[in-house]
Amino acid sequence: MQQDKLRIGGKEFDSRFILGSGKFSLKFMKSVIENAEVEMVTVALRRANIGGGNNILDYIPNNITLLPNTSGARTAAEAVRIARLAREVGCGNFVKLEIIGDSKYLLPDNNETVKATEILANEGFIVMPYMYPDLYAARALVSAGASAVMPLGSPIGTNKGIRTKDFIKILLDEIDLPIIVDAGIGRPSEAAEAMEMGVSAVMANTAIATAGNVDLMAAAFKNAVIAGRQAYLAGLGRVLESKAEASSPLTGFLED
Amino acid sequence: MREVNKDIMQYLDGMQIISHDIMNKVDALYNNYDYNIYTRENVISALDKDCLSLGDYAALLSPAAGEFLEQMAARAKEETFKHFGNSVSVYTPLYIANYCESHCVYCGFNCMNKIHRAMLTEQEIDNELKAIAKQGFKEILLLTGESRKKSSVEYIGKAVTIAKKYFATIGIEIYPLNSDEYAYLNSLGADYVSVYQETYNKQKYAEQHLRGAKRVFPYRFNAQERALIGGMRGVCFGALLGLDDWRKDAFAVGAHAFYIQKKYPHAEISFSCPRMRPYINNSQNNPKDVHERQLLQVILAYRLLMPYATINISTREKSSFRDGVVGLACNKISAGSKVGVGGHDGDEKGDEQFDISDPRGLEEVNEMLENKGLQPIFTDSQYLI
Repeated sequence: MQQDKLRIGGKEFDSRFILGSGKFSLKFMKSVIENAEVEMVTVALRRANIGGGNNILDYIPNNITLLPNTSGARTAAEAVRIARLAREVGCGNFVKLEIIGDSKYLLPDNNETVKATEILANEGFIVMPYMYPDLYAARALVSAGASAVMPLGSPIGTNKGIRTKDFIKILLDEIDLPIIVDAGIGRPSEAAEAMEMGVSAVMANTAIATAGNVDLMAAAFKNAVIAGRQAYLAGLGRVLESKAEASSPLTGFLED
Repeated sequence: MREVNKDIMQYLDGMQIISHDIMNKVDALYNNYDYNIYTRENVISALDKDCLSLGDYAALLSPAAGEFLEQMAARAKEETFKHFGNSVSVYTPLYIANYCESHCVYCGFNCMNKIHRAMLTEQEIDNELKAIAKQGFKEILLLTGESRKKSSVEYIGKAVTIAKKYFATIGIEIYPLNSDEYAYLNSLGADYVSVYQETYNKQKYAEQHLRGAKRVFPYRFNAQERALIGGMRGVCFGALLGLDDWRKDAFAVGAHAFYIQKKYPHAEISFSCPRMRPYINNSQNNPKDVHERQLLQVILAYRLLMPYATINISTREKSSFRDGVVGLACNKISAGSKVGVGGHDGDEKGDEQFDISDPRGLEEVNEMLENKGLQPIFTDSQYLI
């Protein structure tokens, strides 16, 4: 396990859990980060009240890699401008690309995401695009220079778990980049399930933010992600998904 | 008194006419909405759904839903937390002028009321905005009365330009404009537009809006759509509950927002929930009662119809109600509100539009939110122009 590092954009991470930060009080940020033992935290640039009160950037310890997201962007052009602004205010080169043109379901626009990925990757950004798990779009993101792909498990904020499991499995088979499940994970067992499938990392926010005790839930996610990763590396034992084996062989009549 | 436009469906010169498709749908739904046909079973069925139809929404506004307020509140709280966590946006309004050319029977600013009128100069706007920003606000709502002559689009544009120096988010609550005028204000930095239809009952609308541009029902109805065509990011809906049948009006508000979102999926939708409050010269009015219980039913129904929409709670409501609904269904609250003209940098310069019931300033509202385990959000948008 010592060598089992998550590598993105030339950086190595021991933690495979990425924390979203938009839905709980900033005063809990430090203890949630500590309890989750995360090394990467997403930040919505639009929440960065630079020079004002409750500035999220003031609450994240310096040893944490900031993953500024482009939330609020509806088009590639808007996302590119937000990413550039994030870099200008000192958030670094990592960017979680998030382009959403639908206020109801908050589903990512894969086409716009591919366009923005290409532009930002060419400008030296480490682009981690949030996407709907579509194989063609994922391939296009690889070609465009993405450093990871972040398929949704189910729509943002729904806590419905990994409804897109079969499609994420296809990405795992076909895409040679870290696959990070980004949205919909509602409970630690689902984080473990994603990790057992072989995804490189998971991200969660709502599931922790809406818990009765955010610190305890942060720790629970940390443990679940570790357990899921260990299970994946160990190689899962044989699990029969739908049928039992007949006790008498069906081919027992064969004689020669 | 001379009526300048007798027919409320007749546009005045210069008013942009766009498709009436959404208005016609909402009108048909409004006319056919009989809230007495809904049963307990309809309400229970609506509460079991992830994604509500307008039929489910109709059930939640019905008398049958009255006994399910607690269950509606539990669902609403769950949805509010899923979509917004414990974040609550905080802003303040600034009235820059209260001149008005419309005669709306119920309104303190109406042109027939002999109240103290005022309009801030550019310097006064700057002083007011600077004083507001100094308190820590990053979101401002600029308001005027309904007077194109006195508070012109250019005048409002100057206010937006000044506001952009101090604020991350600028909303406008002014008289309805054409889409090119919305585009102009958007280019200067305004991104959010609030227009309230007051009532969707056309006959009542005609009785209550006796003169002025506001009398033109479809021009007002289509304001949000023109704002989105003009490039605005978000639009706010509302009816003045209590002016007519609140169940039917709230149903129409939801349907209006529902169809706008369907046609413009990127639009950020929000609701405000004003109800009738005391005002001067109102002795001849007899508004239908909307008590806190009814108002809460409407707010919860908005949240369940559109879990992702912003719902704003007015300072017309008293602090106990505001504190109760914020985090439960509302995710936006004003603080330090003044409803006269100016007043953040020295005395108010014009009379007030209505009485506010929650005079708390930013510090007190922040404290209340934090005591409830909520977090005040000052900025939730990023200028890209």
